[in-house]
Amino acid sequence: MNDFSNALSTAFALVTSLDRDLVEIVGLSLEISLTAVLVAAIIGLPAGAALALSRFPGRRPLIIVLNALMGLPPVVVGLVIYLLLSRSGPLGSYGLLFTPTAMVIAQSVLVTPIIAALARQTVADLHEEYDEHLRAIGSGPLQRMATLLWDGRFRLLTAILAGFGRAIAEVGAVLIVGGNILHSTRVMTTTIALETSKGNLALALGLGLILVTLAVSVNAAAMLLGETAHRRYG
Amino acid sequence: MAADTADSNGLLPMVVDAVSYRAGDRALIDHVSFRLEDSRRTVILGPNGAGKSVLLRLCHGLLAPSAGAITWGGFTPAATMKRRGLVFQRPVMLRRSVAANIEHVLKTQGIGRDRRRGLVSAALDQAGLQPLAHRQARTLSGGEQQRLAIARAWLLEPAVVLLDEPTANLDPGATRAVEELIIRLGATGAKILMTTHDIAQARRLAEEVMFLHHGRLLEHRPAVEFFAGPRDPDAADFIAGQLIN
Repeated sequence: MNDFSNALSTAFALVTSLDRDLVEIVGLSLEISLTAVLVAAIIGLPAGAALALSRFPGRRPLIIVLNALMGLPPVVVGLVIYLLLSRSGPLGSYGLLFTPTAMVIAQSVLVTPIIAALARQTVADLHEEYDEHLRAIGSGPLQRMATLLWDGRFRLLTAILAGFGRAIAEVGAVLIVGGNILHSTRVMTTTIALETSKGNLALALGLGLILVTLAVSVNAAAMLLGETAHRRYG
Repeated sequence: MAADTADSNGLLPMVVDAVSYRAGDRALIDHVSFRLEDSRRTVILGPNGAGKSVLLRLCHGLLAPSAGAITWGGFTPAATMKRRGLVFQRPVMLRRSVAANIEHVLKTQGIGRDRRRGLVSAALDQAGLQPLAHRQARTLSGGEQQRLAIARAWLLEPAVVLLDEPTANLDPGATRAVEELIIRLGATGAKILMTTHDIAQARRLAEEVMFLHHGRLLEHRPAVEFFAGPRDPDAADFIAGQLIN
């Protein structure tokens, strides 16, 4: 118990003194996960909207697969991306394995289905309400997509936050494709795993505190956003 | 093709020829035929469930008839959709400001930013919504929402405006404001074709009445003649205030 309280006070000291290693690790984590979420949003939002609005054979199975992909195991994604990026893999010549770029790719793969599936649901719900009006004013397919994405912007932002929450907290994929290399690919979750096994509880706990704070903030932001949107837009 | 004045309205005559619309075994619209020749205000009157909304959607091309054909000035409903405005009983309000709701329709039609600003402002003035321009559309009262919906339908100087029970959920004050707007809209030369189950409203607004019951068109006459003495016994009972089935 004494060990724990010592570690906790050291952790607080690390956080409050903005320890250089800690800041570097947190910075890299944010950079990788925010980039991954950006990529996932650019792909996932239009893909989800298109899936909501189009009708083609095989659409229903595709939706089921997409929904299932929301729960994709990070270690499996890590493994697949590892195989693709490793020297002997099809994308090996780019030399991306064990770089932050590889980690961005892995997290994008994890987050894109989340954003796409939630976007599809949001757009489909809104479409049910707007359909007759949009048809009556002669709205084309692309205009329709733009209208529905814009009018669903608050719920979509919540979907993006959910994706960010998943990316920042995930350890399996970034550990495998990043390699947890000091000053290069070490992020919060991989550091916590490593430092805990080494017995360096202070740094692990400090990062843990930040991670939990981030998770709580993201959820609070999502909730506030939803309430504000409901109040303002009815 | 352009609709310049009331009686050179490019979408008239409108011809509905032996149109039926079935959902499963039930005929919601049963072999209905009529012609609309001029820009008088035409009211489709009938009890709830008569098929009024379905008929209006068929006219605009939102539904396709199971049998028969509809033409506007010789063209299909789909081909002429952009020259008509449509107002629903429960208007769809985009999650945007009042002004942005109007602007959205213009953007959909590919109208440039400069022209849009003037048109939005004019539409807001017309509907008396200028003070509410920046309010979120979904926070407006029912009457204000319906006025916004009419302003949206009015935007592109439509040759015809279809209105489906536009005041069904409104209080008397809001109903009056909406009716005044409809009359002013009709005065611009736009053909008004609206549905209602409200006999008093039909008396106030109709210049021509179509009485619809169980999906069949039972009367189609000038309003004065219709209210002086309907020929159909159901219509007579209906305007006498009796419950018909």
